[in-house]
Amino acid sequence: MSLRSTTRALPTLLRVGFADAVAYRAEMIVWVLATTMPLVMLGLWTAVARDAPVGRYGEPQFQAYFLATFIVRQLTGSWAFWEMNFELRNGTLSMRLLRPVHPLLAYAAEGVAAMPMRVAVSIPVAVIALALVGPTGVNAKPLLWVVWAFSIVGAWLLTLMVNLLIGCAAFFFESSLKLMDLWLVFYFVLSGYLIPIDIFPTRLRSFVDWLPFRYQIGFPVELMTGSHAMPDALVLLARQAAWIAIFLGATRWAWRRGVARFSAFGG
Amino acid sequence: MKARYLRLLAVQLRASLLLGMQYRADFVLDALVEVFWMATAIVPLLVVYDVRSTVAGWSRGEALLVMGWFTFLQGVLEGAISPGLATVVEHIRKGTLDFVLVKPADAQFLVSTARLHPWRAVNVLTALAIFAWGFRLLGRAPTLSNVATAVVALFASVSVLYALWMLTVSAAFYVVRIDNLSQLFSAIFDAARWPVDVFRGAVWVMFTFVVPLALMTTYPAEALLGRLAAGTLAGALAGGVAALTLSRAVWLASIRRYTSAGG
Repeated sequence: MSLRSTTRALPTLLRVGFADAVAYRAEMIVWVLATTMPLVMLGLWTAVARDAPVGRYGEPQFQAYFLATFIVRQLTGSWAFWEMNFELRNGTLSMRLLRPVHPLLAYAAEGVAAMPMRVAVSIPVAVIALALVGPTGVNAKPLLWVVWAFSIVGAWLLTLMVNLLIGCAAFFFESSLKLMDLWLVFYFVLSGYLIPIDIFPTRLRSFVDWLPFRYQIGFPVELMTGSHAMPDALVLLARQAAWIAIFLGATRWAWRRGVARFSAFGG
Repeated sequence: MKARYLRLLAVQLRASLLLGMQYRADFVLDALVEVFWMATAIVPLLVVYDVRSTVAGWSRGEALLVMGWFTFLQGVLEGAISPGLATVVEHIRKGTLDFVLVKPADAQFLVSTARLHPWRAVNVLTALAIFAWGFRLLGRAPTLSNVATAVVALFASVSVLYALWMLTVSAAFYVVRIDNLSQLFSAIFDAARWPVDVFRGAVWVMFTFVVPLALMTTYPAEALLGRLAAGTLAGALAGGVAALTLSRAVWLASIRRYTSAGG
């Protein structure tokens, strides 16, 4: 499992993953359409802001916020958890273990390979968002867009790590679906996915800053809508990096312990 | 004929209850996670009504009634409707639908009653708790006639919900992968947590007439509040009957077209 063999395998992995994404494109479009929650919340919050703005959010700001949420969710989504659970249950994980590439890397490569399709889906939404809210609702500083690019990669990595860690829990229990459900509840409520973090009551907000959820969705979205100045953005980026490091460590540990227990049912 | 179907219904329900009760540990865990999931609906509601006393003409207590009906219907959908109909998809893929079709009873009846998730009754309890909370905030109780109207409106909502699911399942005869179509369905259904007046323009039209979320949760809530117009109720009932008729026709057309997967 040397670095050399991994880098040699990577292009092929990406090609296979991309072909997979293209082959199941209808399915993917359905998945994209199923991401309706930001649009529902958009409807709700614009109704709230119809008479008077909430905090600094008027109707156009809410529109910008939730369309950005939709885009970030598309770009950072990961389904490695479902695949791990499935492969653990029917034993096909052993095939992955045989290959001379670290399975965690293979899962990551599959995620990266689907990215072109996801970007393609996001572009029209971004255009609609721009047309709706105009340039004032969007961050105008080029340097902050650089930070945004890092934050998107970070959010994707963090989501992937969470997926893999909870996937590893399936080594120890029969299935970790319920655990994921639990995570998703916190993720939905505390990440800025349903409610922009700036609207949270102040006491709760300082607490949310230290939890990982915001760095999965809320942080990149806030950068897109231009609610952070550079110093703030860098602090948040550092916190995101810290969370990635923590989850990376935990995932590697859980993976090593888990594989040692793994005994391929059925295979 | 009717007596035979009633007997059959009793047998089917007993079998699916026994099947469902096998997984008791799952039951407790499921119920817990379900109550937890409610947070994703309740927290935004609390935050919204923290900054506003009414949204689109709905006060906090009134919006809670809509959420209560949503919880209730979700229980009906995931406890009684979707598990049975999901077996159809499995049957089509494996070609075992033939065994259902050759049985001397109506196939739609058989698949609809094939599976139950009894623990989803938790949703009904949660819904009752939400209703109690909502009416406490409103400072009054629903009158008996309001409850009766709500039950009638509920009849229309369950019919539409069932019909829409039936249509989704019928699509499985034409496209094989259906699991994500059902995902799409529940994603759209999520919007029914909020009073339909929240939405405007094309979305409002869609949620009132195309995927009638308004009919499913907003109307029963309005009925409980005693402000559902008689005409609207009649329209909802007509819509329910029309949806059932349409889904029946589509189902019959679909099984006529079914060519089996070679088992």
